[in-house]
Amino acid sequence: MSILVDDDTRVVVQGITGGEGKFHTGQMEAYGTNVVAGAVPGKGGQEVDGIPVYDTVDEAVREENADASVIFVPPAFAADAIFEALDTDLDLAVAITEGIPTQDMAKVNKRLSETDTRLLGPNCPGIITPGEAKLGILPGNIFSDGNVGLVSRSGTLTYQVVDNLTARGIGQTTAIGIGGDPIIGTDFVDALSLFEEDDETDAVVMCGEIGGEDEEEAAAFIDENMDTPVAGFIAGRTAPPGKRMGHAGAIVSGSGTGTAESKISALNDAGVPVGDTPEEVADNIESFL
Amino acid sequence: MKLHEYQAKDIFADAGIPIPDSQLAASVDEAVSAAEEIGYPVAIKAQVHVGGRGKAGGIKLASDADEAREYADDILGMDLKGYTVDQVLVEAGVDFTNELYVGVTMDRGEGKPVAMVSTEGGVNIEEVAEENPDAIAREHIDPAFGLHPYQARKAVYNAGVDRSVARGVSSILTTLYDLYEERDASDIEINPVMITSDGDVVAADAVMNIDDDALFRQPELAEMEDETYEDDLEQKAGEYGFDYVRLDGNVGIIGNGAGLVMTTLDLVDYYGGKPANFLDIGGGAKAERVTNALDMVFSDENVDAVVFNIFGGITRGDEVAKGINEALESFDEIPKKVVVRLAGTNAEEGMEILNTDLVEVEETLEDAVQRAVENAQEASQ
Repeated sequence: MSILVDDDTRVVVQGITGGEGKFHTGQMEAYGTNVVAGAVPGKGGQEVDGIPVYDTVDEAVREENADASVIFVPPAFAADAIFEALDTDLDLAVAITEGIPTQDMAKVNKRLSETDTRLLGPNCPGIITPGEAKLGILPGNIFSDGNVGLVSRSGTLTYQVVDNLTARGIGQTTAIGIGGDPIIGTDFVDALSLFEEDDETDAVVMCGEIGGEDEEEAAAFIDENMDTPVAGFIAGRTAPPGKRMGHAGAIVSGSGTGTAESKISALNDAGVPVGDTPEEVADNIESFL
Repeated sequence: MKLHEYQAKDIFADAGIPIPDSQLAASVDEAVSAAEEIGYPVAIKAQVHVGGRGKAGGIKLASDADEAREYADDILGMDLKGYTVDQVLVEAGVDFTNELYVGVTMDRGEGKPVAMVSTEGGVNIEEVAEENPDAIAREHIDPAFGLHPYQARKAVYNAGVDRSVARGVSSILTTLYDLYEERDASDIEINPVMITSDGDVVAADAVMNIDDDALFRQPELAEMEDETYEDDLEQKAGEYGFDYVRLDGNVGIIGNGAGLVMTTLDLVDYYGGKPANFLDIGGGAKAERVTNALDMVFSDENVDAVVFNIFGGITRGDEVAKGINEALESFDEIPKKVVVRLAGTNAEEGMEILNTDLVEVEETLEDAVQRAVENAQEASQ
């Protein structure tokens, strides 16, 4: 079992003819992901490594029965690519693109409330169900099949925590990078509720960071709705107020919202242990299993 | 990207928002002659990218030529929270009876823009938001429709703005939202909007920050960028294109990916050290970028030791190792001890390439950070 993607997932890659799109399509296929189509305006009829390319996502969905898309489209055109994906019957759209204007994402966010297609990202590493499928840029070889779910705002921090888990022989059901932007599709609460419903996920790692209030909302959700134990980590304890720490969303505002302390205490109050180090996160997960 | 007050006011004025008569000056003489032309009293206002200018002594009210000269001389060249003032705005003083706050920003929790009006203008609005949130009237905006006229009126009435000026204030709010949308602002605000004794409304200050990610479609605004840095290192980071934040510790930190670099900072602190910086080389960095990153951290005289932590996804360990070798082989003597930890994509290839005579190697993040903290403690003794 897993959430959102598995070896039945049929993937269309938006932007498959670009450098990033082409490279990661190869990586996704090598991992065993079932990439059935590409979509690039004006490139319909071409093939990329034997994968048929269509002019529109709609056509790719109709012709190849795609049910998920991965978006490797430059920031100036990315919001349009997301709208295009949301306007089809796809179950999932994963936007890897970093640097989409925030007001574009506010418009996308509005559209999300009117469609059944789930958005993951943008500015995220994607999603992987070890041994079955990966949609995005995560390095497949560090993941292994197991019973721990993982959700994180940061890509490389995900890899770090997976590394700490793997060193103890603990594998994952599915790992999700939700992205570091201020406005994203799938958030912690969405991912946690999917893990809660998944029979095979016995514990969940949640890696948050400073900025916004998503972690606090997740803590409230865990407290009220989850039986599956969750181990937390919060990056940015030493970040000074008013400085953006790389991610557009990772900033403690001048008035003190979005601090690590607030997130850690909310999680602790919900019964979630928050590790001081990634190694401690692995300790906490091990104690749950 | 931040605009200066005078730049934002030009944009506001073009959009029809009333602003006081003003001139930009870069010298004391220019400031005095501007003041003479405008007529007293005038406000002399530092044009730097910091908040709270007034409290910090960057805004003064002059009632005659002697005062104008004295204050312009005080403010020009002064150090305001780390930034040097090289321009002042000389502006007609406004005879006001009341001050309001009007602004538009993104509410990230809601994923929607929000328009705000408060009668508690003239002070730090974040303090008002903290201590007395009900004093700010808020209207969330559906970005597909924009700010409806009724919403602008509602915010103004809910804030308790005097009826006699409600129309003028809601017109300013509507214009602000239009600018926010057209110009891809991340924040836009007027604090204060002054209500004059004649019952007119005037924008006495102007804040306009632009979404960096949207500058590609705002070429006019991109040209107005006057990037100033708190210090030379942040400037250098800007030139190299790094996400960099300078801190006050002595352990230099280089890594890939914001979350992992933040975590490395936190671990330095956890193991008893003090982080000197946040430096994210980003995804897919090639050798040259790695060399530049080491140059950055070595240039910081506060740094006593360095930890270089890479978990490769799209970044490849062999490229990183090549860059570290190139950077360090150019020195006769390595200036500061460097601890390297490589994991992920091509980490093994990287370890084979890495010249381990020049660096210390650790296998885990925790060990690498502890070693760097020890190195820094030894070096600073």
